[in-house]
Amino acid sequence: MMTPTGTRVITGTATIMLSYDFVINALAAGGIVAVVAGIVGFFLVMRGQTFAGHALSHVGFAGATGAVLLGVSPFWGLVALTLAAGLAMGFLGDRVSGRDVAIGMVLSLSLGLGLLFLHFYTSFATRATSLLFGNVFSVDRTTVHTLAMLGMACLLALALMARPLLFATLQPDLAEARGVSIRLVSVLFMAIVAIAVAEAAQIVGVLLVFTLMVGPAAAAQRLSTRLGRGLLLTVIIGLAETWLGISLAYHTDWPSSFWIAALSGAVYFASLAQAKIRG
Amino acid sequence: MTAISLDGVTLSIGGRRILSDVTLAIEDGEFIGMLGPNGAGKTTLMRALLGLVPVSAGSIQVLGAPVHRGNQAIGYMPQVSSPISGFRLSGRNFVVSATNGQRWGLPWPGKADYRDADRALELVGATELARRPLAETSGGERQRLLLAQALLGQPRLLLLDEPLISLDPNRQHAVIDLARRVQKELGIAVLFSAHELNPLLGTLDRVLYLGNGHAALGSVDEVITGPVLSRLYGSAIEVVRLNGRIFVMSDQYEVERGDHRHDDAHGHARDHGHGHHHA
Repeated sequence: MMTPTGTRVITGTATIMLSYDFVINALAAGGIVAVVAGIVGFFLVMRGQTFAGHALSHVGFAGATGAVLLGVSPFWGLVALTLAAGLAMGFLGDRVSGRDVAIGMVLSLSLGLGLLFLHFYTSFATRATSLLFGNVFSVDRTTVHTLAMLGMACLLALALMARPLLFATLQPDLAEARGVSIRLVSVLFMAIVAIAVAEAAQIVGVLLVFTLMVGPAAAAQRLSTRLGRGLLLTVIIGLAETWLGISLAYHTDWPSSFWIAALSGAVYFASLAQAKIRG
Repeated sequence: MTAISLDGVTLSIGGRRILSDVTLAIEDGEFIGMLGPNGAGKTTLMRALLGLVPVSAGSIQVLGAPVHRGNQAIGYMPQVSSPISGFRLSGRNFVVSATNGQRWGLPWPGKADYRDADRALELVGATELARRPLAETSGGERQRLLLAQALLGQPRLLLLDEPLISLDPNRQHAVIDLARRVQKELGIAVLFSAHELNPLLGTLDRVLYLGNGHAALGSVDEVITGPVLSRLYGSAIEVVRLNGRIFVMSDQYEVERGDHRHDDAHGHARDHGHGHHHA
């Protein structure tokens, strides 16, 4: 039951929360990434390449820790390596992106390398934790700008190729016959996925990119059979999970990535149950 | 007009010769049943007609023009590939994704695209079932959606690659009747590949039998004979007629039955170009 006093207390704490710069930055960064990762993830889920996306983030971990070792910004190390790995996966096409064992080996090898790089650097446990699990409250204004620029580039590229991408995903043989280059579409898309993965890793860490890239899209695809509505639902679900997760983290002092992962899982399983009941 | 004309055509894949020096002509408005053992080149010939497999020697003309990739006058229904059964998208969204799906840009079809898709769906009687998600359609329903997709944009020639695979006899007849009705209504040529001759017996105008690098085109009585098929199989073949059904036997072993079972074992049809495909 909500008394007038209770409402005032909540709006009061919300006002206090929003008066902190680190909270504003976290909400802005989280919002940008939720939109980008959600939309890119929608196509990733449809193409059945979610495991490839998951592996890309682990490659990014090796990139980030390697960059620290070399004295370069870990963010750009992460972007560079996920992009390189994404392009390679796209070029190799079906021969790799559908092979769970090969992808799993790349994933564990990258994580192992990342651990080695960390070992050489120092015993900085906090750095490892924030790379692996994210630390959205440490995002600064510059990072927000970078995320916005990269995110826009990502969505623009996706907008340019979405039509043949959808065609090649749904009907590869027919698309090829109509003149779509399956290879080109696959390479471009994996490059876009790599950037989106690098962005998601800034918010929830490399181990939890599934929560932003796959959770909202998979739930939306359960709830709608239409393309446009599915994409819109993905964005709404992603934003709600991220912002609510950040607020809960602020109020409880539990990690934000935990809350986002918990909400993402809850919404996905609820969508499964809802589809069961309806169907 | 001649729908398909092959003049001394040789097709090879990965150094393996699939067809050698084949000359034949299929007229506009003909319903051709294409048969032959696995690896005889049924899929390869279709892909050559679509401009996806280069011609090693000779020339192919489709509807009076040399083969070229992206020929809008050809409607193509590939073998059902496994990912289709996993999509949550509606059948209508799936079908319409192929209208101008090769163009760059956003995946929002225009009014004219939807009109064309709805016309094709009505033609195959799939308007109702196209509202359901693909994942919730049966094999026979999916074939109707794929046929609708092949009929987009008023094709003059239909290539149907093994539309009967993994359907029970009743559904097989429904698909054949549907293909025949559409072909009559539109007055177009159809090349219909299959593993078994009998379901097609009352429907086809002529039969095209591939085997051993050779091709035989003619009426059932001309082609389905011991001498012709023995040449195509490269072994002694006996043709047994029983109650209006025809059995192609090699050493008391029914050739077509064995092929069919072999094919069901690997349902994925994405493995083109390796000789090991469903030909």
